[in-house]
Amino acid sequence: MAIDRLESLLRRAFPNATELFAADRTGTGDHFQVVVTSARFDGLSLVEAHRLVYDALAEPLADGTIHELRIRTRGTQ
Amino acid sequence: MSELHDRIKEIIDSEPVVLFMKGTPDFIACGNSARALEALRAAGAPVTVVDILPDPQIRVELSALSGWPTVPQVFIGGELIGGADITEELFESGELERKLGEKLGEGGGAPGQEKVVDLAEGGSPFRIVG
Repeated sequence: MAIDRLESLLRRAFPNATELFAADRTGTGDHFQVVVTSARFDGLSLVEAHRLVYDALAEPLADGTIHELRIRTRGTQ
Repeated sequence: MSELHDRIKEIIDSEPVVLFMKGTPDFIACGNSARALEALRAAGAPVTVVDILPDPQIRVELSALSGWPTVPQVFIGGELIGGADITEELFESGELERKLGEKLGEGGGAPGQEKVVDLAEGGSPFRIVG
């Protein structure tokens, strides 16, 4: 999976993100680190915030395109 | 509800700290599972480990129960804490130890105590599901 596609899925889910990027950790297109900072996460627990990221990437997670995902979410407050 | 579902739920509800991981502490089969275990150990948690690899159905039932799509998954006092990233973040901020104290209280399991539960063990009912 290309980084561009991953980032566009995230951007669609978090259009107001102030920071948003994905990195291919192993260069094999299946181990990723994603970082999203958005007001959407303000007041949410980490579990709730990560769930929103999982929801955004539900398809590539379900079909095995993403083998491993590291997530870092931050609110803006 | 399947028997496997019930057993997973029972472990989550009855064990103070549960880590569902790929492999066992002696044979860790996934980097994120290693990170989660490491953070729990560093916080002195009494970890009950469940290996999800022996039966693919374990993971299916676990995710259906928790609503969390990936493994590892950490539970403290019956509550989903998250995966490796959250467990690590909570450890680094000191929140993990606070949570352990709050949920488990005094005598909520000896620190560093570790055990492995084999969900595929002796259970033909658990193998033929699905």
